[in-house]
Amino acid sequence: MKRFLLPLGLFLVLALFLAIGLKLDPREVPSPLVGKPAPGFQAPALGRPETTIKRDDLLGKVWLLNVWASWCGACRDEHPVLVEFSRRKLVPIYGLNYKDKREDGLGWLTKFGNPYTESVFDPEGRIGIDYGVYGVPETFVIDRAGVIRYKHIGPITPEVLRDKLEPLLRKLNA
Amino acid sequence: MPDALICGLRSSRSIRLIRSIRSIGLSCWLAALCLAPASASEAPSAAANSEIESRMMALSAELRCLVCQNQTIADSHAGLAEDLRQQIREMLAKGMTERQILDYMTERYGDFVLYRPPFKASTALLWVGPALLMAGALGSLLVVLRRRQRMAASAFDPDTPDEDAPR
Repeated sequence: MKRFLLPLGLFLVLALFLAIGLKLDPREVPSPLVGKPAPGFQAPALGRPETTIKRDDLLGKVWLLNVWASWCGACRDEHPVLVEFSRRKLVPIYGLNYKDKREDGLGWLTKFGNPYTESVFDPEGRIGIDYGVYGVPETFVIDRAGVIRYKHIGPITPEVLRDKLEPLLRKLNA
Repeated sequence: MPDALICGLRSSRSIRLIRSIRSIGLSCWLAALCLAPASASEAPSAAANSEIESRMMALSAELRCLVCQNQTIADSHAGLAEDLRQQIREMLAKGMTERQILDYMTERYGDFVLYRPPFKASTALLWVGPALLMAGALGSLLVVLRRRQRMAASAFDPDTPDEDAPR
């Protein structure tokens, strides 16, 4: 009996490691930007090319930066959640229209609704690189001092909104 | 999603491209660039400065593409990888060093982008893990051999002779 203990023990350790590995999502890479000031940007608004939006314009309020594109399938999944959330006016949502064509982005918003106070137009993805964007959609929570407090990778679901984003936004807004 | 598809579809082509640089040289690389529609937009800057191009390729081979995580930025045809190669090109042209560019990438994407991450608490197991496993394996081999050495010679006699063994 005793001779089976060692292999059994090794098997259990291996199974434990594999089980942990299954639970981890390799697509979720922790962002080094959380806790750091949001990178500055200065770019035209999607709907009004003559208007420039700067990061510093948004200092003093808590806001969400949601990276989206009309070519992004998962963005469509999360879109109704964002539209619904924007109606409650808890915090302003700013969009970052990432590597998109202006007319495609605007058409998409007309078709599916516009939850954004404004969308920043980033056709070459330069702002996206500064924010470490690698998989659209991504959402950043930025506080009054302009510091990134949280980053969500992938579509926002009602559960993510309820359990992660809303409690944090209420705390930051208090 | 489209990026993920592109990675899968184009990876074999990119691997071929990379091999062609190493084996045949720059002229073939340029010819391949002209033939490959996916890379057509990168061709003019490639021809413009071959020194920056080779430094860029060496540097981007050190970086992980976060869209197709098992490819380097040099190998990947994901949109983000193309953008980052362009970014590296511009930074090299501005005279930035390799170190500065790696720091720039790490600031944005974390240590995960580096195929050779720095040694620190969170990566210690990654670096010393293989050595620990090797030491463990050699240690247990030693213990087993010692134990066998102390056993009586009769312990190695088969209890019952093999039935199909020749006598």
